[in-house]
Amino acid sequence: MSNHKSTPHDDSRGFWSRCVFSTDHKVIAKQYLSLALFWALLGGATAYLIRWQLAHPDTEAPGWGYIAPDVYNALITMHGTIMVFFVAMPILLAAFGNYLIPLMIGARDMAFPRLNMLSFWVFFLASAVLIASFFVPGGPAAAGWTGYPPLSAKMEYTGVGWGMNLWLVALALEFASFLLGGVNFLTTTMNMRAPGMSFFRLPLIVWMQLTAAVIFMLSVGPLIAGAVMLLMDRILGTTFYLPEGGGEPLLWQHLFWFFGHPEVYVILLPGLGIVLEVISVFSRKPVFAYRAIIYATIIAGFLSFIVWAHHQYVSGLDPRLAMPFSITTIIISVPFAFVVFAIIATLWRSSIQFATPMLFAVGSLSVFIFGGLTGIFNGSAPLDIYLHDTYFVVAHFHYTLFSVVFFGGFAGIYFWFPKMFGRMMNEALGKIHFWLTFVFFNAVFIPMHLVGLRGMVRRIANPMQYEFLKPLEPLNMFITLAAILLLISQIIFVINFFWSLVRGKAAERNPWQANTLEWTTDSPPPHENFATAPMVYRGPYEYSSPETSEDWLPQDRPLSTSRAAR
Amino acid sequence: MSNWFPENVSTFGGDVDAIFYFIYYITAFWFVLTEGVLLYFLLRYRRRPGRRAAYVTGDSLNQLAVLLIPLAIVFVLDLWIDFRGAEVWAKIKGQAPPSDIVVRAVGKQFNWEFTYPGPDGEFGTADDLQMNNSLHVPVNKVVHVTLTSQDVIHSFFLPHLRLKQDAVPGREIRVWFEATKPGEYAIPCAELCGFGHSGMNGTLYVHTPENYAAWVKERWTKNGS
Amino acid sequence: MNADAATLTDTPAPVGKTGTWWFLASEIPVFGGLIASYIVVRLGSTGWHEAASHLNFNLALLNTFLLLTSSMTIVMAFAATVEKDYRKVANFLGLTVLLGVGFLVVKAVEYTTEIQHGFTPAAGVFWSFYYGMTGLHALHVAAGIIVNAVLWVGALRGTLAKNSHRVELAGLYWHLVDIIWIFLFPLLYLA
Ligand code: HEA
Ligand code: HEA
Ligand code: CUA
Ligand SMILES: [Cu+2]
Repeated sequence: MSNHKSTPHDDSRGFWSRCVFSTDHKVIAKQYLSLALFWALLGGATAYLIRWQLAHPDTEAPGWGYIAPDVYNALITMHGTIMVFFVAMPILLAAFGNYLIPLMIGARDMAFPRLNMLSFWVFFLASAVLIASFFVPGGPAAAGWTGYPPLSAKMEYTGVGWGMNLWLVALALEFASFLLGGVNFLTTTMNMRAPGMSFFRLPLIVWMQLTAAVIFMLSVGPLIAGAVMLLMDRILGTTFYLPEGGGEPLLWQHLFWFFGHPEVYVILLPGLGIVLEVISVFSRKPVFAYRAIIYATIIAGFLSFIVWAHHQYVSGLDPRLAMPFSITTIIISVPFAFVVFAIIATLWRSSIQFATPMLFAVGSLSVFIFGGLTGIFNGSAPLDIYLHDTYFVVAHFHYTLFSVVFFGGFAGIYFWFPKMFGRMMNEALGKIHFWLTFVFFNAVFIPMHLVGLRGMVRRIANPMQYEFLKPLEPLNMFITLAAILLLISQIIFVINFFWSLVRGKAAERNPWQANTLEWTTDSPPPHENFATAPMVYRGPYEYSSPETSEDWLPQDRPLSTSRAAR
Repeated sequence: MSNWFPENVSTFGGDVDAIFYFIYYITAFWFVLTEGVLLYFLLRYRRRPGRRAAYVTGDSLNQLAVLLIPLAIVFVLDLWIDFRGAEVWAKIKGQAPPSDIVVRAVGKQFNWEFTYPGPDGEFGTADDLQMNNSLHVPVNKVVHVTLTSQDVIHSFFLPHLRLKQDAVPGREIRVWFEATKPGEYAIPCAELCGFGHSGMNGTLYVHTPENYAAWVKERWTKNGS
Repeated sequence: MNADAATLTDTPAPVGKTGTWWFLASEIPVFGGLIASYIVVRLGSTGWHEAASHLNFNLALLNTFLLLTSSMTIVMAFAATVEKDYRKVANFLGLTVLLGVGFLVVKAVEYTTEIQHGFTPAAGVFWSFYYGMTGLHALHVAAGIIVNAVLWVGALRGTLAKNSHRVELAGLYWHLVDIIWIFLFPLLYLA
């Protein structure tokens, strides 16, 4: 609420309320980003240990030691949980959403700044709980990031006690945090847009954040209920998921995937949003079919609620239900194909500048196409009988997730870094970072499809225990080598990030000559964002418009002859 | 490319593989098309001094049509994939052909426990035969397996037969297969089931009719009855 | 709106209301999922009716009455904010809080007698759902009581006047809690 009476520049708050318990959306965004990048290090470390074990089973992983099978299970569980809930969500939704929404719609802050702060601290608490779960007796959760009961419902099945309970608590807190965030995103955009900022003048990333927030808020409820039930099974001895007490193990799978599938689009959409923004700016062209993209993603959002059982074709689901879900699943390629085609059409007759953000955005798109297409294989019910729970699925979801979380996320970080921190990142290092990441990423995950097609199942600590998998050893070693190189390549990013933070070239207001409102204020923007309230005259992508001689036309620049396009 | 999969030894495995290649050709086409056009545009429309990007918003219907036509093709291909898939699904998971042999399989941490009804054809009688991790079947006969689990969810996976089905506690799920080639094949557990999940692995022995008869004879004469 | 206000509709009331509605929209799937689970699992098994017959229908009826009344009193509190009669607001809010506490007390009595008769949460899947659904609902009631109590104190101290729209928002939430109970009551006690 903007009952702050201070003017934007007079910032007399003390250190604690400015940097730690801040209600400023920009500070909160940076807090999310920092915490998520810290988690990314842990997520990467778990990936390293997983890969080491798969290539050299039962040897000592350098820097860690011997990985026992139950530790391996804990590692994959933590890897999946960390990457999806503590890296992807906070970077793509919380960090970029918080940072960009108020700036892009021309507001001074979120609608509920204190709620916003609360949601970060709830997330912080969730992080602390998850970290704590590493150190309790019995170790952290080890039932996979999907936590299927009965395995997850009784201590005797895994030997994990409080680790599993804390995992559930951490997830519940995380969901609460993102629900609060979602309320804020939606209310802010609905009520606090600058004059002239109609819904169809919003940058696409704002639309994507909103659609993602709605999808999240409508799908997560049943899983919250499900998590409460699982926790009750573990602590109070109820039998929701335990057949010996009349319960139903498959219930959890339905609740989990009713959320789980929409969730992957919750992650995808903001990532696509970043790609759209960046591609438009660096190709100096309007996004092709702006409105139709919005409609396509909303349609995909609807469809995402009726595809969940494609994770359960062989779970014991009534076989007659498989084909309906298979049909909806494969049809969902239509809206996404539209978005992909539209992005490619945007590049037609454009004027492309390959700055680092653009490289990552294009990389994200090209990788996403691959990952989306392998989704079609999984989506075919009869084929998924074979593919389910093999590395083909693992390869599929790394292609999609890595595409949006890291390629998309890096594109966003390189692109908005000057705005966030007032300094440019180093271009040369950025380009090297891109090419190494792109090459090693594909080197890790293309062979993973082959490993999967040969029948290697997921979540096994030692493929050498299986006669029919022994011939895959060289391929697994290759994947691991590439994964280690992929991880090492990220050091370039870390160096670039911290070096630029301190030493980077000072950034102008609008280094990329972009149109959206965040570029019209200082880099970094002052508290409360805008010195004077922006007035919006047109849509966000008026690049190379015939109305001016420059190839860009900011949303807030009045033109004498303005018949405000779109 | 033919060695992407393990050798197929079941009657329906070929259909599954065919679906794979069908989708593979469709998606490979789109992959090459989209990535190809993308790459072409990236090279063709690099920034050059003096050239300005075209102002194309893609809002009008005749501009949109450029995308809607390929989109319609995507839609049609999607349906085609589904129609072909539906047949294969019905064949594998629909009405099973009458069984020649019925076996019970129980998943438990961390073994597959197989039970044969014995000569009387009934479970729960004295001539039942129980074995851990070995499943013996004759070639070219329809085998029904009744799956369940004693503790957590396991998954009964026969990679060479393109068959997978979760074994869920509290439920009995019936699957069938007909092996076409004698040999020994793996039965890995495909669902995370605890610290022994890795290594929970049985063996399917597909015998020639003679060998199978010999095996049956040996088993049930040794065990009395 | 003063000239310098940077936003379209920057007054607290609509912002609060939009936020509350989205919050409620995200609450509904929580209970929606729970209720759907109950129905699906119940349809797939037997013996639930017998278990349900051990519940105390009369106490539940009393609780239904308490909650419905409290929904009415909070509406009256809201009506009083429109009249700017803060004594009346305080009275009705106080009544709402009391009725809510009454609900929880009755619920606690129910739980204790059931547990004394051996119907603990571990007594079977009906009891799992019974405790899960009513327990989660009771937590929501408790949260509502806290919110209402804070407003009540504000009304007594006279600080509520500048945030009087909050009574309406609390009322929206309180109605949701009420409506959820209207679903739980027949599903658990009657069916
Ligand atoms: C960002 C994440 C993300 C995204 C975007 C997707 C997108 C899709 N996913 Fe994926 N998926 C995951 C993350 C994601 N997935 C995860 C994490 C899992 C595993 C969880 C676990 O078990 O641990 C999973 C698992 C998973 C399964 C279950 C597999 C199994 O366990 O057996 C299935 C099955 O249908 C599936 C399908 C799809 C489909 C059809 C899409 C579609 O949305 C893709 C649509 C896009 C395209 C198709 C590309 C663009 C279109 C064209 C270029 C036109 C041409 C196309 C055609 C003619 C078809 N996914
Ligand atoms: C966003 C999601 C995401 C991401 C990015 C990754 C990244 C990687 N994953 Fe992961 N993975 C999952 C999500 C993800 N994974 C999930 C959901 C599962 C399923 C779990 C389950 O089965 O339960 C899984 C499972 C999984 C398996 C299967 C395990 C098994 O089934 O037994 C494997 C095996 O190879 C693997 C490997 C890798 C590798 C090598 C990477 C590499 O790409 C990692 C590269 C690392 C980085 C890119 C991070 C670098 C760090 C930074 C950039 C931080 C910079 C910091 C500062 C500036 C301070 N993953
Ligand atoms: Cu049994 Cu995995
Ligand atoms: Cu899915």
